[in-house]
Amino acid sequence: MCLAVPGRVLDIEEKDGTRMATVDFGGVVKEVCLEYLPDLQVGEYAIVHVGFALQRLDEESAKQTLELFAQLGMLQEEFGDPWEQAAQAGGSPWPFEGDPFEGDQAESDAVEEARK
Amino acid sequence: MKYIDEFQDPDLARRLLDDIHATVTRPWALMEVCGGQTHTIIRHGIDQLLPEQVELIHGPGCPVCVTPLEVIDKALEIASRPGVIFCSFGDMLRVPGTGRDLFQVRSEGGDVRVVYSPLDALKVAQQNPGREVVFFGIGFETTAPPNAMTVYQAKKLGIPNFSLLVSHVRVPPAIEAIMGSPGCRVQGFLAAGHVCSVMGMGEYPELAARHRVPIVVTGFEPLDILEGVRRAVHQLERGEHTVDNAYARAVRPEGNPAALAMLEDVFEVTDRAWRGIGIIPGSGWRLSERYRDFDAEHRFSVTGITTLEPAECRSGEVLQGLIKPNACEAFGTTCTPRNPLGATMVSSEGACAAYYLYRRLELTPARTAAPLETSPVA
Repeated sequence: MCLAVPGRVLDIEEKDGTRMATVDFGGVVKEVCLEYLPDLQVGEYAIVHVGFALQRLDEESAKQTLELFAQLGMLQEEFGDPWEQAAQAGGSPWPFEGDPFEGDQAESDAVEEARK
Repeated sequence: MKYIDEFQDPDLARRLLDDIHATVTRPWALMEVCGGQTHTIIRHGIDQLLPEQVELIHGPGCPVCVTPLEVIDKALEIASRPGVIFCSFGDMLRVPGTGRDLFQVRSEGGDVRVVYSPLDALKVAQQNPGREVVFFGIGFETTAPPNAMTVYQAKKLGIPNFSLLVSHVRVPPAIEAIMGSPGCRVQGFLAAGHVCSVMGMGEYPELAARHRVPIVVTGFEPLDILEGVRRAVHQLERGEHTVDNAYARAVRPEGNPAALAMLEDVFEVTDRAWRGIGIIPGSGWRLSERYRDFDAEHRFSVTGITTLEPAECRSGEVLQGLIKPNACEAFGTTCTPRNPLGATMVSSEGACAAYYLYRRLELTPARTAAPLETSPVA
């Protein structure tokens, strides 16, 4: 959660009166709020933390950081399945038997996909 | 220097290290404030590449680690209530409260969901108008603005079934507390880069001058850490104590004005307890009066829950830089990432977990050393 990851703005639109963007993090695409960097444009890079763009970053630095994160497996840590990671860390079974919420992540990914 | 080839730019890493080695004439103790920095330092063996005279002390900058036990217990209590959807970042799932964690609450049937962004929790509230949706709002100055924006949106859009369980903490009062503790050995700080991306550097010059410590704003990639150490060592050797920005690609002196304005609107400064450390005055945020309706502690009447921390866990001393993780008797024995006693072991950014994960099990000479004098800061 501490991590802030550089991403590139793919497109921008207004939603519920809020400036939102789709942002590419080295292949993973997420919805990101631009309210704190309102003049960020398509094609620019920013440091993104928990779905919010917090500071502009130049392209070269952003690409270097993304490359490093990919090498170290940190993109997987940030965007992978948190339940699976927590289960692994604690040695607990996952998924829980008959878990009514199993597939939450898949569902939200499908929603993101449909939105694109 | 067996790890130097693993650096992204080994030549630059070598030049920075050579400069540090050539500059140091005396022992210096630097504290890296951010948990991400601790993780990088241990992962890349940076502490072992530095000259022996340069000691890195691990600071309290892991938000998961410093969230007090009683706040975790409040989260567990709320998450267990029928009709509640409890949303959190993934790294809170395994943080132990008294006897269990959020992972177990879900296995017992609680509706605990992991979100990537607090705005996702707000969406869950919009989609489930008949349920109470609570978001676990922890984190430092980097995470507080996203959570502040979410509460602002909830109010603006009139979403009455959303609330925030708030446990936000602020770095500068923690630095003040560390410098004021009797056992403090810190002579310079590597300040947390992304905190400064939001807050700017305005709070630091006064701290640096009053405590006569250099404060170097530092990123968390391996080369960033080496550059931060290099600049701090140069200042110390010259007898200087100023604020320096070694992370200019992501930090502007003024920070992020839009985020600062939102923090000012939604939150107000309050005293906060830090897990293992105790209360640090002015070290946290709570919702301001205008947004008090969105405070989960009041909505679910859990303000009365108080919890004592386990006596055998020494994470408080680790968080204050008074001991290294492997000086704790429980380290790697009764306390491991699978069975953590305290949060510094459960979060991968915690100093204990970083030591455990990256081959520091064998390096436990400190275990036989006498424990350092403990010095609660408040």
